[in-house]
Amino acid sequence: MMQEEVIKNIILGEEEDYIVNVGPQHPSTHGVLRFEVSLQGETIKKVVPHCGYIHRGIEKMCERLTYQQIIHLTDRMDYLSAHMNNEAVCLCVEKALEVDIPARVTVIRAMIDELNRIASHQLWWSAMGMDMGALTTFFYGLRDREKILDIYEESFGTRLIQSVNTPGGLMNDIHPGFQRKVKEFITYFRKKLPEYDQLLTGNVIFRERTKNIASLSCTDAIQYGVTGPAGRASGFSCDVRKVDPYGAYPQVNFREILMTEGDTFARYKVRIAEMYESMKILEQLVDNIPEGDYSAKMKPVLRLPAGEYFQRMETARGELAVYIVSNGDKTPYRIKFRSPNFSNLFVISKLAPGYKIADLIAISGSLDLVIPDIDR
Amino acid sequence: MDTLSLRNYFAGISPEIIIADGKQYLEITIPGPEFHDFCARMKNDDDLHFDYLISLTAVDWNDHFIIVCHLTSTAHRHTVVLKTKIDRIEAAIDTLSDIWKTAEYHEREVYDLFGITFRNHPDMRRLFLEDDYGFPLRKDFTDDERIITR
Repeated sequence: MMQEEVIKNIILGEEEDYIVNVGPQHPSTHGVLRFEVSLQGETIKKVVPHCGYIHRGIEKMCERLTYQQIIHLTDRMDYLSAHMNNEAVCLCVEKALEVDIPARVTVIRAMIDELNRIASHQLWWSAMGMDMGALTTFFYGLRDREKILDIYEESFGTRLIQSVNTPGGLMNDIHPGFQRKVKEFITYFRKKLPEYDQLLTGNVIFRERTKNIASLSCTDAIQYGVTGPAGRASGFSCDVRKVDPYGAYPQVNFREILMTEGDTFARYKVRIAEMYESMKILEQLVDNIPEGDYSAKMKPVLRLPAGEYFQRMETARGELAVYIVSNGDKTPYRIKFRSPNFSNLFVISKLAPGYKIADLIAISGSLDLVIPDIDR
Repeated sequence: MDTLSLRNYFAGISPEIIIADGKQYLEITIPGPEFHDFCARMKNDDDLHFDYLISLTAVDWNDHFIIVCHLTSTAHRHTVVLKTKIDRIEAAIDTLSDIWKTAEYHEREVYDLFGITFRNHPDMRRLFLEDDYGFPLRKDFTDDERIITR
């Protein structure tokens, strides 16, 4: 009798909350973010995200900077979609000033957008595999991403963030070898992308750990404002390139990838399929870059007419919206960045409860969070 | 609905609603006390069906704040801007987090940076900054140590 009482099965967190902090320096958070996780044994009861570790006050800084200067701060939000962030501000300013942008600029911008999207998804794929214990993916993904960074380096001299956009166009023209390099990359990557499927998509352990884990319904995705591949995996048609087209996207033919499952595996598959779509867009544009100027004539000091301007943009992670309030000065009166990761992060407190703590890493990996974009 | 029929629809609801044609979208200004109920109607009415809150933010106009919401409908694909004016001294308004879940976090951000309180909010804590920091996006915010004026 005595012995039975002693060998009582103790589950941590059964009587009172057992709290584990994941982060702020945990490798799987890809930045400084802390999840306060309440556990019962291994099962998650509650997740509370704590942010602010990398809050730099970009919106406040922008109130004292000219529009050309602001561009270089937007790189530092979602650094993996740097070019899209730049472009969002540029389009907003150009819309306010009613400038006609040369066709060459629109096409080049769309091409760099898509290269950026592929590079971002490659890094996500690498990191997601690594988070779940498949180290090989990291080397394969970064090997292929290097090809895109080389294209950037040849044309603009920069690698991670391009900073090549400026209101009115581009800072400099593309390198004469740009088109050849893009074509080489597409031929190369079309062969390599099936390898990704062989390595990770078909992996039994990976599938078991992601299928039917953390399903998000379409209604919840809209309620939480989850956009980008994470939202589209739940069937929320939110691709800004389709619903509110900008730049060269009305001219090109591509599919918006939609799935209905909404689980971690669906979020994974949407991104893999998007890489194929991005290559399709690149193929349509690469031989059709119009001749002409790489920038419209712009005044050195830009003063936006008093009013409000709003621009939506599809980055690699979802919908970025720039809201500028101008009072006619050379700096914005107020600028707001609705960043995709901000909304995508908080859905985790809805998704994770009920699953194991190891699943939390897979879930946050499938949301593809970039923390500086949340804190700004 | 297109802009014109949206305009007529809103004009029919109440005379207190101010409708302005913005450069891109229809801009609707609603008195503060009616804001929450109007938003609930915006979402639940089948003709409007504004189910996706793109962004919620505030602008400091020195003597008052304006709350700005960008709303769109995933079914009808129309977009409007909702605004409401709030008093600077009291600086409080009803939460929208029971209508759009995403508002909960946007409101926490607005509370953190502007010091605007949202009544009935489930979790009204600061999001980024420490409790004694002040509200940096207010125009009268000063910080001699961290902000250098040139």
